[in-house]
Amino acid sequence: MAATPLPLEVRNITKRFGETEVLKGLSLQAHKGDVITLIGASGSGKSTFLRCMNLLEQPNEGELLVHGEEIQFKQTRHGREPADWNQVVRMRAKLSMVFQSFNLWAHMTLLENVIEAPVHVLGKSKKEAIEHARALLERVGLADRADYYPAQMSGGQQQRGAIARALAMDPEVMLFDEPTSALDPELVGDVLKVMRDLADEGRTMIVVTHEMAFARDVSTQVLYLHQGIVEEAGPPAEVLDTPRSERLKQFLAPKH
Amino acid sequence: MIDLHGYGPRLAEGALVTVEVAVLSLVLSVILGLLTASAKMSRSWFLHRLGTLYTTVIRGIPDLVLMLLLFFGGQMGVNVITDWLYYQFDIDIFININEFVAGVLTIGLIFGAYMGETFRGAFLAVEYGQIEAARAYGMNHWLVFKRVRFPQMMRHALPGLSNNWMVLLKTTALVSVIGLSDMVRIASEASKSTREPFTFMLLVGAVYLAIASVSEWGFARLQKRYSVGFGEAD
Ligand SMILES: Nc1ncnc2c1ncn2[C@@H]1O[C@H](COP(=O)(O)OP(=O)(O)O)[C@@H](O)[C@H]1O
Ligand SMILES: [Mg+2]
Repeated sequence: MAATPLPLEVRNITKRFGETEVLKGLSLQAHKGDVITLIGASGSGKSTFLRCMNLLEQPNEGELLVHGEEIQFKQTRHGREPADWNQVVRMRAKLSMVFQSFNLWAHMTLLENVIEAPVHVLGKSKKEAIEHARALLERVGLADRADYYPAQMSGGQQQRGAIARALAMDPEVMLFDEPTSALDPELVGDVLKVMRDLADEGRTMIVVTHEMAFARDVSTQVLYLHQGIVEEAGPPAEVLDTPRSERLKQFLAPKH
Repeated sequence: MIDLHGYGPRLAEGALVTVEVAVLSLVLSVILGLLTASAKMSRSWFLHRLGTLYTTVIRGIPDLVLMLLLFFGGQMGVNVITDWLYYQFDIDIFININEFVAGVLTIGLIFGAYMGETFRGAFLAVEYGQIEAARAYGMNHWLVFKRVRFPQMMRHALPGLSNNWMVLLKTTALVSVIGLSDMVRIASEASKSTREPFTFMLLVGAVYLAIASVSEWGFARLQKRYSVGFGEAD
């Protein structure tokens, strides 16, 4: 038995949308400090897999353990659903997600975005949350943007703000869904830099990305998804530098 | 000064009744509207049908007929229920459907149906990603509603809400037919006994217009408040 429970463990998840099975039994174990990157062609199921981890999608089968606590499910008319939404709320507070399209709350300033969940979900005092938020904004290079609304910031600034919002939860695991895909090329670097820093300080992260250099440099493990299954998995040197399957070789080949 | 032949104080009381009926009906219709919008967006087949039935029925019946129905039929209905409660559970309550209650209930019911449509459109206009973000950060249904859905929805709902309120305000004049002493009823009594209908109706019209103008100003401020963060163009 491990002394401390894994931050996140996923066992044999399947997911169907109507008749199509888009996840066909996926598993993953995140140890503390792991950076697991998910790569694969568009439509291979990366986002759905990530979204199953915090139950934004309900997996049809499989188990999910957050910090050793297994999420309970029950069967309903609408399919399998969490048995206890309070448990889901608790587990979500331990996993923060960073979205491709940022999804900052448009009616709140950046600072308000960052303190929102700590105050209203975790029950932190506003004063404490603001102090923490200011430190985090400083860290992602947005100290001077605290009172701006999302619409007044560039995509890169919004995404770094969204990372600050995620950090404010003191999460066990951070989930990133293609955090740089919606950004203009010149803004990608700043966001990746923040993410590299997080990896360096030992954050547990699961990252869907097309940034291969990032995946190679920071991941402890790379999973290559194809049509809802993990085709290859291992350390980046193995998966990215000596791919076994023809398909992965094709996928990694420089595009023209 | 215009001579009100001593009707001044009673007219003021009537104006107060009008405002009370209007404000209480507004509150009721907003609550009903939010419930109807939720029911219509719910994945429960039953709630969905219930919401649709409500809107269809209300839209299909003239306001005046509905008011008379509720006023005369309402007390009978309530008596049946309270009698049943008394005999079955020994619970003794008395509910009096007077003109005021019937008026507020009817107008609230009518505009609840319209508000339902306004709110439904407004809820659907909120960017889904922001609601998902709220869920992903551990907010339960209530928090998502209170902190994200509602404040963002308001920006889209306010123009329709303001429109409905203006029509609702004028619809309150209907309560005079079931005998409630609102501003219109007192003014028409005064008109008859003084034979100066023009004076009193002009005055009543001016009061309605004043309330409408103040509300317009209020709604404009609310619109501004709920548009914070969305820029001018939106
Ligand atoms: N809500 C949904 N309803 C129906 N099909 C979906 C839904 N979300 C994703 N899919 C389908 O599931 C498959 C995997 O999608 P996704 O997880 O978004 O892939 P990726 O992130 O790797 O591009 C795709 O074929 C997509 O069309
Ligand atoms: Mg995706």
